[in-house]
Amino acid sequence: MNIVVNNKWIGQRTIRPDGVDKVTGRAAFAADTAMPGMIWGKVLRSPHPHARIRSIDTSRAEALPGVKAVVTSRDIVDFPIEKSVMLGIQDMRWMCRNVMARDKALFPGHPVAAVAATTEAIAARACELIEVDYEVLPWSIEIDDAIKPDAPILHEFNKFEGKPSNIVGTLEHKKGDIEQGFKQADVVIERTFTTRPVHQGYIEPHACLISVAADGKTTIWSSSQGQFMVRAMTAYLTGIPQSDIRAIPAEIGGGFGGKTIVYLEPLATLLAKKSGRPVKMVMTREEVMRATGPTSGSKSTVKIGAKKDGTIVAAQGTFYLQAGAFPGSPIRGAAGCSFAPYDIPNVLSVGFDVCSNRSKVAAYRAPGAPIGAYAVECVLDEVAESLKMDPLDFRLKNAAKQGTKAAHGPVFPRIGYVETVEAARNHPHYSAPLGKLQGRGVASGFWFNAGGESSAQVNITEDGNVVVTTGHPDIGGSRAGIANVCAELLGIDYRRVSVIIGDTQTVGFSNLTGGSRVLFASAMVVTQATEKVINTLRERAAKIWEIDPEAVKWENGAAHPASPNAGQFEPLTLEDLAEKAPMQGGPIGAGVQLNTQGAEGGFGTHICDVEVDIELGIARVIRYTAVQDVGRAVHPGYVEGQLQGGVAQGIGWALNEEYIYRSDGKVDNPGFLDYRMPVCSDLPMIDTVLVEVPNPKHPQGVKGVGEVPLVPVMAAVANAIYRAVGKRFYALPMSPPKVLEGLETPPLQQAAE
Amino acid sequence: MTDIRYVAPQTLDEAVGAYAAAGSAARILAGGTDLLVQMRSGAVKPGLIVDIKKIRELTAIDELSGGSFRVGAAVPGAVLAEHPRFGKVWPGVLESVNLIGSTQVQGRASAGGNLCNASPAGDSVPAMIAAGAVVTVQGPDGRRELDVEDVPAGPGRTNLKPGEILVSFTLPPRPPGSSDAYLRMIPRTEMDIAVVGCGVSLTLKGGVCTHARVGLGAVAPTALLIEPAAQALIGSRLDDAAINAAANACRAACRPIDDKRGTIAYRTQIAGVLLKRTAKIAAERAQGK
Ligand SMILES: Cc1cc2nc3c(=O)[nH]c(=O)nc-3n(C[C@H](O)[C@H](O)[C@H](O)COP(=O)(O)OP(=O)(O)OC[C@H]3O[C@@H](n4cnc5c(N)ncnc54)[C@H](O)[C@@H]3O)c2cc1C
Repeated sequence: MNIVVNNKWIGQRTIRPDGVDKVTGRAAFAADTAMPGMIWGKVLRSPHPHARIRSIDTSRAEALPGVKAVVTSRDIVDFPIEKSVMLGIQDMRWMCRNVMARDKALFPGHPVAAVAATTEAIAARACELIEVDYEVLPWSIEIDDAIKPDAPILHEFNKFEGKPSNIVGTLEHKKGDIEQGFKQADVVIERTFTTRPVHQGYIEPHACLISVAADGKTTIWSSSQGQFMVRAMTAYLTGIPQSDIRAIPAEIGGGFGGKTIVYLEPLATLLAKKSGRPVKMVMTREEVMRATGPTSGSKSTVKIGAKKDGTIVAAQGTFYLQAGAFPGSPIRGAAGCSFAPYDIPNVLSVGFDVCSNRSKVAAYRAPGAPIGAYAVECVLDEVAESLKMDPLDFRLKNAAKQGTKAAHGPVFPRIGYVETVEAARNHPHYSAPLGKLQGRGVASGFWFNAGGESSAQVNITEDGNVVVTTGHPDIGGSRAGIANVCAELLGIDYRRVSVIIGDTQTVGFSNLTGGSRVLFASAMVVTQATEKVINTLRERAAKIWEIDPEAVKWENGAAHPASPNAGQFEPLTLEDLAEKAPMQGGPIGAGVQLNTQGAEGGFGTHICDVEVDIELGIARVIRYTAVQDVGRAVHPGYVEGQLQGGVAQGIGWALNEEYIYRSDGKVDNPGFLDYRMPVCSDLPMIDTVLVEVPNPKHPQGVKGVGEVPLVPVMAAVANAIYRAVGKRFYALPMSPPKVLEGLETPPLQQAAE
Repeated sequence: MTDIRYVAPQTLDEAVGAYAAAGSAARILAGGTDLLVQMRSGAVKPGLIVDIKKIRELTAIDELSGGSFRVGAAVPGAVLAEHPRFGKVWPGVLESVNLIGSTQVQGRASAGGNLCNASPAGDSVPAMIAAGAVVTVQGPDGRRELDVEDVPAGPGRTNLKPGEILVSFTLPPRPPGSSDAYLRMIPRTEMDIAVVGCGVSLTLKGGVCTHARVGLGAVAPTALLIEPAAQALIGSRLDDAAINAAANACRAACRPIDDKRGTIAYRTQIAGVLLKRTAKIAAERAQGK
């Protein structure tokens, strides 16, 4: 495959096509749409962490003036638990029960009924009038409680080791023989770590507007990471055929994985169908925090053994992850990614998927991988320390390279991990002096990255410009990257390429925006479609010149004779050929649909400096450098943005973010005041170093970049705190009360006397 | 759905009349940065809103002839910051008011709203307590004055009587060698609620502390005046022993709760740390440093 090397647009920081709309407020997000006759939907949610629903009486709600429709689980298509029906990573058995509780409510916030009424206030009032007879059941939230022998069981049909259990899945990656491996080790360190559930924290709450016409034709406007996912899940859960559902992707105000599943769309569709009116639903922030997927809290034990010379000989990881109410925590990311940067002969990595009475987890940037890396990279730091080795030298010595067999299966092709460690070691940050109570930590991380289905249509307009339609919602600047790629291939100014995201009925199937796949996959289909267009353009010029198409080359936005022997002709530009198109064979355009392959995993290595106020227990990140192998930065600005954003989220996860539960099992901090994501002034300018080891399987050398940057962060911060204060913390978040408690001797209570 | 009536009288008498007449269903609106948030969440559902921002006395800042300041209860933080003199005389009070929220919130939020909202963690309250501010309130039975620390009664409750409106804060004249400071502990750097807040006001003569007041927030159901801490400072040269004694007095006065924002042990410990830091800043300012 040709790798584009000399280029004009690839690698340029072009202005994003959606930029003006976003800064002027014109961009339409899901909650910005309205329709004549529109009414409002609201959800009644379970107040209990765990309760059997004996009956639901909606008659008083239905009788309230202004109420137009009520739905309960009876209206949702049932997927019996005996048979799994997968859509991507989601099982419709769990989805149908997650969007609306069936026999049991499994977490506070679990939908129990939904109402549509002429105003939001009437809909809310109607929810209060619905009578639900609950049999309240014992519950558990924390992993240790959920896996106790006498724990209340969420799903009685699930068995683990022959008994009903909340352990709903396991995964094992094995390589070599760890017992033999640990025997060769001079140093063995084993530690246990915990992390709290954290939310993706997108600014835009889930929202949709849905209209169902009398003939069943359904139109959905919603904010998601995949309009095709919205269409398919809504079809599954409502019974409406996919051909009748047009899902229109709104601009999206953040997703980070959390908008790869639906919550409101099936409910709003059923309400719209019943009422005959367009139904709008917008979650409150509190609903987002209580009922949409955060990622798992976790408990991990990691053991690593190394020889005196720094060679790692064995590694073992056991990762328990909270799935929430339904199976499906990201154990694959935790168990699969965490040892991947290293060439270790003996590995055993095991994941346990644990259900408990909290909201069902949803994907969050490199799902599971940051949890695993936090534990592994902290233990590596301790091993390096006990061997008196520089932590980056230690990583280099054990780095995975081309030909290394990873414990999760693949043999790595040419990868750029070593380059990231070397770049970190050579970066001025790594040798900069540190002040009092300051410390520097490092950590690495890996994420699988994904390819998969993608479709694109490239059309030449009558005036000789270009419209590219793709099928992936743009959550990180992908439209800008695609414009760069198409402009490069056509040899025209990128401003002549307009990139839009099509709806489900106007562009071919395209899988979710997730897995760091969008630019990888869409650049591939757009490249092939553009090459087809270029071939058409060459054929048209050849016909006009009456020469062989092979004798025409495309360069700088025009057809030229390939060589002097081909003849002497004035170049025919894109505009010329567009103008002549009606006489020369008609419209010019091409569509390509592929199941893209060859997405290679990505690696990053981070350096973090912290300063700790030991009297208040506050750790502040004062300098941060993220190094990552990005394949090729088609649009460096948005690649850097991905790295910086991932680091910002990781710093939040490390220092302050956490779901706090009250003794009644409810989330105590369902808002941005007490769910503390970092604000701008909490963060230093985050430096990035883009290492470019092009992906040989991609026309532009692209690798996914969006998820890796979250993976190393918590370990980098934890290692830095250790270097600053000489104390290791094994639990996240390292919030001020916990840091102070860890530092104080004698314990706080006594000091306070 | 309930209808909400909104009035914005020009005079205090009209405001008190409307407010008193509507009884417990009425709410005063200053900047609205608490009230509107509470209405949105459904926590309060007022039948009448009395906007007090059109009343001159509630939005004025006056430096009186004797050197005291009178600050209208509804003066927004941004306006107080622009006053040419206030921040020079009361830098601690000003920084406590200006810590509230963000730039946008500062355009609306008032010290009066902060006090009457009666959150134990309100930032301006400990600084006002340290300053020795006295508030003027007016109700159906006329005017009266209260020490600022006597206004809050508990979380979300004040000692104002039905129909009473907070009119202004009066801050006493400042002898030479006086200054104040306010610090709060928050896990982030902004947009957060004080886990502990500490205000210190003091006067130094020839290096000796002749007057001091200490206010603490978020360590008890209301912001507290810590007299033993002040006593530990007065008469000293603010040496380590005096400062430590004051810090311990602060810790001893704490009656905090364990909650999502901090533990009892943490809050108690931090109260002492903040006292030391705040007293140091106030002393530096008093010495013109
Ligand atoms: C984003 C954000 C950040 C915030 N950050 C902080 C912070 O850092 N620190 C902090 O302390 N607070 C913070 N707050 C809370 C709030 O901004 C402050 O308490 C502010 O001082 C309230 O003033 P206001 O004028 O807006 O009050 P309002 O909302 O207008 O009033 C508050 C309450 O006091 C009553 N009231 C107001 N004025 C009077 C009066 N004159 N007489 C009788 N009753 C009256 C009202 O009826 C209401 O119950 C924040 C709020 C927001 C939205």
